[in-house]
Amino acid sequence: MSHATLTDKRPGSLRGATLPKWFPWAVAAGSIALGIGISAAAGLRSSIQWGLIAAVLFVLGTYGIAGRVEGRRQAKDRVVTSLVWVAFLLAVIPLASLVYETVKRGVKVLDGYFLTHSMGVVADKDPGGGIYHAILGTLQQVGIATVIAVPIGVLTAIYLVEYGRGKLAKAVTFFVDVMTGIPSIVAGLFVLSTWILILGMGASGFAGALALTILMLPVVVRSTEEMLKLVPNELREASLALGVPKWRTILKVVVPTSIGGITTGVMLAIARITGETAPLLMLVWVTDFINANPFSDAQGSLPVYIYLQYSAGGEAAYDRAWAAALTLIAFIMILNLAARGIARWKAPKTGR
Amino acid sequence: MDITTQNPTSPPASRPSEVEQKRAARAATRPGDRVFLALSRGSGVFLLVLMAAIAGFLTYRSALALSENEANFFTTFEWNPTGNPPEFGIAVLAFGTVVSSIIAMAIAVPVAVGIALFITHYAPRRLAGPIAYVIDLLAAVPSIVYGLWGVLFLVPHMQGLYGWLDDYLGWTGIFEWQGGAPRSLFTAGVVLAIMILPIITNVSREVFRQVPQMHEEAALALGATRWEVIRMAVLPYGRSGVISASMLGLGRALGETMAVAMVLSPAFTINASLLDWGGGTFAQNIAAKFSEASVMGRDALIASGLVLFVITLLVNGTARMIVARRKEFSGANA
Repeated sequence: MSHATLTDKRPGSLRGATLPKWFPWAVAAGSIALGIGISAAAGLRSSIQWGLIAAVLFVLGTYGIAGRVEGRRQAKDRVVTSLVWVAFLLAVIPLASLVYETVKRGVKVLDGYFLTHSMGVVADKDPGGGIYHAILGTLQQVGIATVIAVPIGVLTAIYLVEYGRGKLAKAVTFFVDVMTGIPSIVAGLFVLSTWILILGMGASGFAGALALTILMLPVVVRSTEEMLKLVPNELREASLALGVPKWRTILKVVVPTSIGGITTGVMLAIARITGETAPLLMLVWVTDFINANPFSDAQGSLPVYIYLQYSAGGEAAYDRAWAAALTLIAFIMILNLAARGIARWKAPKTGR
Repeated sequence: MDITTQNPTSPPASRPSEVEQKRAARAATRPGDRVFLALSRGSGVFLLVLMAAIAGFLTYRSALALSENEANFFTTFEWNPTGNPPEFGIAVLAFGTVVSSIIAMAIAVPVAVGIALFITHYAPRRLAGPIAYVIDLLAAVPSIVYGLWGVLFLVPHMQGLYGWLDDYLGWTGIFEWQGGAPRSLFTAGVVLAIMILPIITNVSREVFRQVPQMHEEAALALGATRWEVIRMAVLPYGRSGVISASMLGLGRALGETMAVAMVLSPAFTINASLLDWGGGTFAQNIAAKFSEASVMGRDALIASGLVLFVITLLVNGTARMIVARRKEFSGANA
């Protein structure tokens, strides 16, 4: 690699010596080859070791060569560049693997039958069965949570943006922020200790929906607040100047202007709570049968279904778990993409 | 619109003082206004009451359990709330929660900062947008899916790494491996790291993007390399943002339930080695023990949940305090 050092060393040139563009690739190829050579010679089995040796050689090689040709500062820059790339690749591997495995193993049993049948009469070890009862339960529980959380959340956001001044508003803002971080299991424990232990209600889809509401509320408040802040003040002033009462200004001018953003926020919040498992496991319990009444008795739900199938064990159950996971991810991704689509389509027009 | 644009040019004297404004507002309230204000303020108050209720009811149920407890709640290594006398403590859970979160943070924070820098400063322009978008989406993958992937895919693939760690770092005692299934706190930490990676990346990326262009261009104009720009302009500006992003991630790692419950093979013990199975976390323990728990057992679990609640409250509160110093960004939407 020493011929690389021959570039541009004319005296008086404003630029220092630089290595050619292919330099990192050459070093990478060289260090991988060397790494494999050394590992094979030393008889190491683990591919992780091979990679590690190659990576160390790459960093040292880059630093050494670049340090001699371009100077220490450039060498450091190159090392950091390669480290940043390594960080990126390191993160991509598990995340890509997660998506790949879910899709690969999920499509095996995912079909129309799977989506439209329950697990009612299917033993855990047998193939067959489906997730209809789980989809039904998830839609109902998430639906109830949305119906409760959205009005309260949007009204709170309106209070914070349109009315909120002073200590109360500050406290609400702070606790909404803190509330975003409540672990889902703690929300579940709270509903358990009030709804079930103190009020004496039984497990039901509604109890699960209450826990989901707690998790959804702060997300709705936060995103709605951000959106309302984007509404230009001139619109409010124009409306108020025409003698429109404040509440009608808010309902007819402010909210419609930002409705796209609010919808996006709500959809992202729904996407977030759809995957919650722990509170449902303790508040809704589990069933393999279809229960269309969210107000009494155990109900199925997609995340809990995944957990149940995993716990059941065996090839057939694992296949079902993966297929349910794929369905869940697909549902959440579609919600996300739709939400972002709406956000782009209905972005508040802040310019004149 | 004309009226409003003229507004700023009118003399400030015509603007009513704060007291007058208040009086005017009170005088002009119509029934609709009053109802609407009450509704929206009520919602805000409801949120505060809800938070207070969560703390209150958890404390109440915990008190019931703790008054029966014969052992020291914080230092006992056992979980036997149905015993006679009932004895349970959170020492093992606290240890497991702290250790798995430390592992997760040690892996996730440097990598996440790396990716955030990659997206904002290193990636080719055309790639940066889509990559950021995909990582945004990954933040929405539910924890149960991470758990399923962790236990069915990652755990079998950890064997090689465990063997390697045992061979070369086994002498430290921390990485000693007896050869059991790799369903230890270490694997749980790795899964947690992967889970919190997207959120830390997203928040850090937002912060790095807000570094004033002028700072970077000034550094470049002085002949700084890209790394020097990052070290002198980007990192100092984004430090508080990265800290709060990490704490948000930490908050999530502390409270994560299903992924840990699925990956970890629990036992109520503290191991010197991270690679031996056993241990547990607050959330995992609640999920695992809940279905068989008696009334007393449930209250004991609620007591451990209260500890988790307080810890996450402190962590998140601190993160928010740091964010609040910079009003321009907020991690809540990430």
